[in-house]
Amino acid sequence: MEQKTKVHAEEGKQELSISRVFEIPVHLLFRAYTEADLIEQFMGNTVLKLENKAHGSYLFEKKDELGNVLFRANGCIHSIIPNQQIIRTFEMENTSFPPQLEFLSFEEIAADKSELKVKIVFKSETDRDNQLKLPFEYGLNMAHDQLQHVINKLSE
Amino acid sequence: MKLRRDVFQAIADPTRRTIITMLAASAMTPTAIAENFDYSRQTISKHIQILTECEIVEQEQKGREIYYQLNPEGMKEIADFIEPFRKFWDERFNKLEALMKQQKPK
Repeated sequence: MEQKTKVHAEEGKQELSISRVFEIPVHLLFRAYTEADLIEQFMGNTVLKLENKAHGSYLFEKKDELGNVLFRANGCIHSIIPNQQIIRTFEMENTSFPPQLEFLSFEEIAADKSELKVKIVFKSETDRDNQLKLPFEYGLNMAHDQLQHVINKLSE
Repeated sequence: MKLRRDVFQAIADPTRRTIITMLAASAMTPTAIAENFDYSRQTISKHIQILTECEIVEQEQKGREIYYQLNPEGMKEIADFIEPFRKFWDERFNKLEALMKQQKPK
């Protein structure tokens, strides 16, 4: 079976591509990336700041139940075209990872089918590989918990 | 998780990826592989050598001919390396999709 989410990392390049086809219209896909309450639900982060405009910025945070900050990321929005494109930087705070440049393209395939293509450019190939090597089991567990939580809420 | 740079190197090159795809269909002799390309026999041999060193491809002697075939273990290492990262995003995107299907049109 073909995988919905594809990740491509080429040797000798400091970039990474992620693509995914969604069974939703492109305007809904774009909304998921530009409305704070929706971002909070699928990313599992709190949105402290989100300015959807050129030269705007954003700040996301994730705290544990005791209020300890687990994850904090910020970036600048370079350009934004509704239902088409977001170009932004992304930086995880308090880590050794340098900021990265992200090109998000939103494409309509059909009336209720769309594709997200994300191209990330890293400072170096090593930085990219380190990102890929991150122990994602932790993130996966959090994602599973969050997914369960969202499903529970939807079925209430 | 250990970074297998050698395995990455093997799949980075488009010619080597084509060879992998061909061998996924069936085991082939070096001559048969080379016939599919415009490159010299030496160039193709070099690509096969890299794939063999990275243990993605293995050779088997059948009579007088050497056949190359995919080594399932080597292929699995490529998938293992990138799979947790891919899964992380897949989960996130599944959640996005489920969430947006519930949205009322504005």
